[in-house]
Amino acid sequence: MLPEQIRAELEIRIAEADHPQELAVDVMLAFQEAAGYLSERALETAAAMLKMHSLEIEEIATFYTFIYREPVGRNVIHVCDSVICWLDGSESLMDYICRKLGIAPGQTTADGKFTLLPACCLGYCDRSPAMMINRKVYGHLSRDRIDDILARFEREEPA
Amino acid sequence: MESRVLLKNRKPDRILDLAEYRASGGYSAAAEMLQTGRPADVQEALEAAGLLGRGGAAFSMGVKLSTVAEYAPFPRYMVCNADEMEPGTFKDRVLIHTSPHLLIEGMLLAAFSARAEHGIIFIRPEYENAARILEREVALAREQGLLGKNIFNSGFDFDIVVHRSGGRYICGEGTALLNALEGKRPNPRKPPPYPTVKGLWQLPTVVQNVETLCFVPHVVQNGAEWFRNLAAGPDEAGTKIYSVSGRVRRPGCYELPMGTALSEIIETHAGGMAGNGRFKACLPGGASTRYMPESMYHREMGYQSLSDAGFRLGTAAVMVFDHSACLVGATVNLLAFFARESCGWCTPCRDGLPYLHDLLRRIENGQGRAEFVPMLREMAGQMGLAYCAFAPGAAAPVESLITYFEDEVREHIKAGRCPFREAE
Repeated sequence: MLPEQIRAELEIRIAEADHPQELAVDVMLAFQEAAGYLSERALETAAAMLKMHSLEIEEIATFYTFIYREPVGRNVIHVCDSVICWLDGSESLMDYICRKLGIAPGQTTADGKFTLLPACCLGYCDRSPAMMINRKVYGHLSRDRIDDILARFEREEPA
Repeated sequence: MESRVLLKNRKPDRILDLAEYRASGGYSAAAEMLQTGRPADVQEALEAAGLLGRGGAAFSMGVKLSTVAEYAPFPRYMVCNADEMEPGTFKDRVLIHTSPHLLIEGMLLAAFSARAEHGIIFIRPEYENAARILEREVALAREQGLLGKNIFNSGFDFDIVVHRSGGRYICGEGTALLNALEGKRPNPRKPPPYPTVKGLWQLPTVVQNVETLCFVPHVVQNGAEWFRNLAAGPDEAGTKIYSVSGRVRRPGCYELPMGTALSEIIETHAGGMAGNGRFKACLPGGASTRYMPESMYHREMGYQSLSDAGFRLGTAAVMVFDHSACLVGATVNLLAFFARESCGWCTPCRDGLPYLHDLLRRIENGQGRAEFVPMLREMAGQMGLAYCAFAPGAAAPVESLITYFEDEVREHIKAGRCPFREAE
């Protein structure tokens, strides 16, 4: 479930770390990178690698916004819903994306292409309203721009 | 005129690389200090300069360093807080994308002062580009002997790792950040002991914001008096990066003398109000500060000046609202943020913030009642009982809404709808 090379690299980092627990988030993110989300099995494996109890991993996994404990689509859209983006119409943009993709926030499209989630302030208030897809932020959103951006993902289907 | 210290090398779309940074005098402050100075020199210069923590708490960096005791145990940690998650704030992102080596040199000098050998940059996952820049530039600095063992042949060792967060607002709180780094649930800790005494792994740890650390090489090089004179008034020190957003023509980061008037920030630098808007209010320092009403439009935006007037500069994330903006609606949004981001550790915060959010939401949706106003005021006051500064910060916009915009709140209640929305 984790490519062998990545797993080997992580095991070296864990062995070299003064405190393996400090790599907990990195390990979770690596599993997630490989499978899209942190599955039960990945969580158990991560716990074993870090010599932590699986409950300790679960406790932090469920705490963080960017650790997904359920399967997500190949592209995860986070629409900023904090105050400056709100001022610039993020609510209607969220509605627009929902209608366009035919899903509600928290859901994944039937073809597994997109998951839609809210996010708190992305730190791009100078380019509001903003959203993040995977780890890239898109600002100055309008309906047209959202159409363009999502069309790019439809076409390219990046890995 | 913009006074630029931290942003003087700002280029469109790229960083100042290591060669350019060194050519402009970069790392010479660190070289001289490590070779000929004492750790106390850095601490004394910063204390005399009055450099206050730019992450929001405005605590003197020099004083903080002085609390790392001479005989304190090793290893010690120098942690850079790049978990910039206060809504409205984006200065640290801009700083890292402008001059990453300024931050690295700042961390090196601060670490020398605290005699810390481990450096950690804790960064929010939304700043993945910034994290990659830092990892690459840290590696380049290491190649040139600016990090690692025996830096500048001084016998001093220091290295930096970049730690990505899993993403949660509370991690920016200094003690919650330490729990996050330890792979624990990031609830805040209750000092004492303070992190400089028992921080990461119970060892002395200095936690500083990106912007604060970026000032360190400049203060060490140019001295305390130079730094103090950069400010707009005698009670302030240095420059400040104001992250301006909302209803202005040119949102962005502006580095100006600390204590520049709000009206000047908006009109001269941010291009004035957008459209035909008229200034109604601003949040001066992020979501967890009090609204400043129109009567404060010409107030000097410095730590001291705002504190004297009963406000807080916070991160200097100036979020501007004009007369078309509903401040009840804005406050509903802010409280939805805080209620969602609360770590849930203590009852006032976990239960009080959804309560405040619910009352405000009902008022905004036309189901408000007159008695909600004193209920909001009372519950906002109770937030002071929470475990950390999160809930009192969350209460600040609510309390100031009731104080300065009570009429607007009561208008919602009386009309049974939000007067800013068209009648349905």
